[in-house]
Amino acid sequence: MTHAATAVPAAPKSAAQATVPARAPLLSVNNIEVVYNDVILVLRGLSLEVPEGEIVALLGANGAGKSTTLKAISGLLKTEDGEVTRGDITFAGERINGIDPDAIVRRGIFQVMEGRRIIGDMTCQENLRLGAFTRSDGAVKNDIDMVYHYFPRLKERTGLAGYLSGGEQQMLAIGRAMMARPKLILMDEPSMGLSPLMVKEVFSIIQRINRDLGVTILLVEQNARMALQAAVRGYIMESGKVVLDGTAEDLKNNEDVKEFYLGGGNEERKSFKNLKSFKRRKRWI
Amino acid sequence: MNFELLFQLLINGVIVGALYGVVAMSFVLIYKASRIVNFAQGEFLLIGAWTCWWLLTSWQLPFWIGFPITLAFMMAFGILLQVVVLRPMIGEPIISVIMVTIGLSIVFQALMKWIFGVFAKPFPPIFASQTMSIFGLDVQTVYIASLVVSLLIMAGFGWFFKYSKMGLAMRATAFDQQVAQSLGISVRQVFAMSWAISAMVSAVAGVVVGVVNGVSSALSFFGIKVFPAVILGGLDSVVGAVLGGLIVGLLENFAHFIDSQWLNWGNMYEIAPFYVLIIILMIKPYGLFGTKDIERV
Repeated sequence: MTHAATAVPAAPKSAAQATVPARAPLLSVNNIEVVYNDVILVLRGLSLEVPEGEIVALLGANGAGKSTTLKAISGLLKTEDGEVTRGDITFAGERINGIDPDAIVRRGIFQVMEGRRIIGDMTCQENLRLGAFTRSDGAVKNDIDMVYHYFPRLKERTGLAGYLSGGEQQMLAIGRAMMARPKLILMDEPSMGLSPLMVKEVFSIIQRINRDLGVTILLVEQNARMALQAAVRGYIMESGKVVLDGTAEDLKNNEDVKEFYLGGGNEERKSFKNLKSFKRRKRWI
Repeated sequence: MNFELLFQLLINGVIVGALYGVVAMSFVLIYKASRIVNFAQGEFLLIGAWTCWWLLTSWQLPFWIGFPITLAFMMAFGILLQVVVLRPMIGEPIISVIMVTIGLSIVFQALMKWIFGVFAKPFPPIFASQTMSIFGLDVQTVYIASLVVSLLIMAGFGWFFKYSKMGLAMRATAFDQQVAQSLGISVRQVFAMSWAISAMVSAVAGVVVGVVNGVSSALSFFGIKVFPAVILGGLDSVVGAVLGGLIVGLLENFAHFIDSQWLNWGNMYEIAPFYVLIIILMIKPYGLFGTKDIERV
């Protein structure tokens, strides 16, 4: 697997983490193809690797197939009539494609779905206990306290989770993922619909969880700037493929990424017409 | 006005209503977990009651052995039914699934008649004393036992859904199947469990009614009576099912009282719940306790 930007030396900030000698990655997705309803080809030969202990960002425009990638990994694709028709998904050395989603959770992959998807007619505590559904050890109570330690404001909310604010629901969704004690959390757009302040808070918590608990995180985001700040490395997707990958620093400094995902870019503002033709010429591929 | 009769009928109403509530709960359980309207709920009572009756009479087992065996059998039966008949129906149009449950109801009904005959058969006596005296009223022991059993089942349901892991998983599945799967819950297992528990609880009700009235295919009439109870309470509310059951039980007996005292039309008690059902649904289309989703984006 070689992509354009991998060879560029890493910038100082992430160097410590990024130059750790290459271990076998915790998760590797190798050249997968995903088809919905037997006819709609969504992913066409996507490959990516998530090393243990890192935050990896997966960026791309709407409809590029980011969420589909996460669902392919977590097995939830099955619930939407999708199927991995080619390629391998390997987690901790074992091939996991085609396995039922509940078995995948038991293996240590937990997806925080897009739009939070907390259980609205249950309390926070019940939601958290459900996060630990696959566990049978006695430490669940302790872990609930641990989640409350990370999200003190959830402890004050005793009513139904459906009445929480968007940010609180996102915190609950992340806390619920922590309850499963996963090795890898797949996070689908944690910033969706949140105020800029709340986005900052959520991202700092994601980083803290990664640091404190050693959980590996694969992060799908529209907010490329925040994602690249939090992540060690990133992948950029376009129409079902990875078109660019590298360390977060490299991606942040890449002219094309600046142009398309971070805004600003190098020169003066272009007219929309020019931008479109530019886009057509340089469609990454 | 005959107050003693009224009082007697109201007590009757509570006892029968509690049983309706229990059956309604097991109906709601299946509906909540898998969105299947189970028209064969009444046949669960019938099968449970016949099984227990058979164990107690043909095998001469004492009640405390025969009853648990019945429950174990009904649990296995519920799982088997779900896995063999209803699992392949997942994702099919709702009307097909309803047709399947109606078909099951007819098949079981006929099967039971074929095996055990069409006449009501009494249970062997279970309690040493037939009547107890409460507040100066002679009440049959089986009625008290039936009320106690109903209340225990209701308390059990309450505990199950609030505190047990499986209960939480069922609620999660009812709320959103995809999310439940993302939490590591096996939806198939939840469906199978919901049928197992539903069949088991219905069988308890079936045995209780059988002990009181004798076992016959009239038992499956409970399956029909459950509809006003369930719709009254709201299709997806367990608490609503219990209250709906109680309301229907009380209404029936109250209607019976009015009918026997003044109207003398006969059969009032069978149709009164359905009239009230229509009126309540005109005012509250979701039923008394049916939930509308909390929407917050």
